[in-house]
Amino acid sequence: MQKSSVDIRSLQIGFGGLKVLENLDLHVGESEFLVLLGPSGCGKSTLLNAIAGLIDVKGGEIHIGGRDVTWAEPKDRGIAMVFQSYALYPRMSVRRNMSFGLKVAGTPQSEIERRVGEAAQMLRLTSLLERRPSELSGGQRQRVAIGRALVRHAGVYLFDEPLSNLDAQLRAELRVEIKRLHARLGATMIYVTHDQIEALTLADRIAVMQGGVIQQLDTPKKIYREPVNRFVASFVGSPAMNFIPGRLARGGEMVFVAGVNRLGLNGYVFRSQPTDAPVVLGIRPEHIEMTGADDQSSVPARVEMVEPMGADTLIWCRLADGTAFSFRRDADAQVRAGDALAVRFPADALSLFDEASGQRL
Amino acid sequence: MRLSLTSRLSAISALLPALLVMFVVYIGATSWTVWISLTNSRMLPNNNFIGLRQYEMLFNNDRWITSVHNIVIYGVLFVSLALLIGFLLAVAIDQRVRAEDTIRSIYLYPYSMSFVVTGLVWQWLLNPTLGIQHVLRSWGFEGATFDWIVRPETAIYCLVIAGVWQASGLVMAIMLAGLRGVDEEIWKAARVDGLPKWRVYVSIIIPMMDASFATAAVLLSTGVVRLYDLSVAMTNGGPGIASEVPAKFVMDHLFERANIGLATAAATTMLITVIAVVAPYLYWRARKGEMR
Ligand SMILES: Nc1ncnc2c1ncn2[C@@H]1O[C@H](COP(=O)(O)OP(=O)(O)OP(=O)(O)O)[C@@H](O)[C@H]1O
Ligand SMILES: [Mg+2]
Repeated sequence: MQKSSVDIRSLQIGFGGLKVLENLDLHVGESEFLVLLGPSGCGKSTLLNAIAGLIDVKGGEIHIGGRDVTWAEPKDRGIAMVFQSYALYPRMSVRRNMSFGLKVAGTPQSEIERRVGEAAQMLRLTSLLERRPSELSGGQRQRVAIGRALVRHAGVYLFDEPLSNLDAQLRAELRVEIKRLHARLGATMIYVTHDQIEALTLADRIAVMQGGVIQQLDTPKKIYREPVNRFVASFVGSPAMNFIPGRLARGGEMVFVAGVNRLGLNGYVFRSQPTDAPVVLGIRPEHIEMTGADDQSSVPARVEMVEPMGADTLIWCRLADGTAFSFRRDADAQVRAGDALAVRFPADALSLFDEASGQRL
Repeated sequence: MRLSLTSRLSAISALLPALLVMFVVYIGATSWTVWISLTNSRMLPNNNFIGLRQYEMLFNNDRWITSVHNIVIYGVLFVSLALLIGFLLAVAIDQRVRAEDTIRSIYLYPYSMSFVVTGLVWQWLLNPTLGIQHVLRSWGFEGATFDWIVRPETAIYCLVIAGVWQASGLVMAIMLAGLRGVDEEIWKAARVDGLPKWRVYVSIIIPMMDASFATAAVLLSTGVVRLYDLSVAMTNGGPGIASEVPAKFVMDHLFERANIGLATAAATTMLITVIAVVAPYLYWRARKGEMR
């Protein structure tokens, strides 16, 4: 099976007067699994449809497998696509859904049968081949849609929120299946979702988008640990990152000051020269540690509410000055509302953002 | 579920008018019609039972035979052409044309006209000395001939033209609703699959629209059975008896020719034919409903 890279250069797309994408650049390597992640309406589907050739571009170029396909028809781009609503042909059997495109393209019958058989086996659809889509469950339908994409033996597979219409359990199952498929085929995949768990589990790299602009393009780990701005920080991660406003002060080492609380920043890697402009400190709930009150770097807090979440517990606290934050402990943590405790914010797990621009410092 | 007596009473009293209408008007009138068709009634109804004699006379009546012949031609051509043209119009509009709303209103406009007006307009258009033929000749096409309406063997096709013209807009509206119901992503999937547009319509969209086609076909068929005004307004059954239709046969024998017995026999024959056609369809629908 061939694999292709995808190269997008200063792509511009608009609908009427509305500019959805402007000067967007993106490179997806061969065999890479790239996830486009972002809130509703940020232009993910628009970008994916442009790669597929389903909408016209206003400017820029799209190259797939080294070939300029900016104005090529979808069928000539070496792509296959899976849609959120499955988009199966309702009056055709599963077998015909998968084979129809090949048949119209004039593929020899024996080759069609081989490919359909192979895809059906990979997706455990062999016993369902004669059924109509209306006789299948949602998960089976989406597997058929994936099968219809697979038989095209494309160099790039495009997925537009393929799991959004499924319930949580099926979503988790199919997620694993897609990941397995990627490992097995080694094909290039571009996957749109607004579900961060899907993004974090599947992706080699994630492109976090907002307002038609790629905010950060990085490995899931980097995106999670070192978000480049407040948007990425707050969009990725559940429960959400805590944000505490304050400012920076220099006293031997850099410190973060929020009201009466001071926090040493030894170990934090600054990207730019720190200034005294107001900043926002971000920290993920699982990075906050509970310590004894005698710890020099600890901060006193009071527990407001405890949320058991199964595997672990989310503890909502307030600092002395009223700033709220939450942190995570394992399920058997002996903490009750009203307790006083001391917490520590490890400097190497922090993120600092400029308050005005939202950019990481 | 058990209902209290009062609520059951109020339910019955609410249904009573409808039930009365149903029994007295439909079933009562229909039974009376069937009964009269078995008597020798002429101008006034009587009860002299003569068996199936009226039916014998009916099927020996040239005018009735022509009417039946005509309604079959009209029915087949009208329903299939209206479906075809209506669907094609809907497909044309579905290509996201500009001024879609205006075009849609124009297409629907004929349907808002009564059959009488439609018939008169087309009578005029098809009249060789006034209409299309005349215009073509005055433009210099001396040999242009379009005189179907005055030729006995083609007059019925003129009714088809007028009927299709009138009904296509309605079919278009039904079909357009069906087309708009097709998921946008199916079109995208078909484009990625490299299917040509006509192929998508033929192999994917039309099979999805069976409900729209059934609705339109049923509506059109009821129009076929009722066909009366168009024949009266356009050709008055002529030339001669060339474009007579069954409903007109019934009306003429009831009121003009004072032959109630023959008229009711014709009406009963029409009723039996409709039941014979509709019953299997209803049965099929019910079976399909059960299987769901
Ligand atoms: N056909 C269209 N005509 C006009 N505007 C459009 C069209 N398609 C999308 N848009 C606009 O473009 C923007 C991006 O849409 P897009 O569908 O790419 O969002 P998305 O990121 O896929 O969102 P979602 O997660 O809801 O699917 C939106 O503001 C939307 O309103
Ligand atoms: Mg979308």
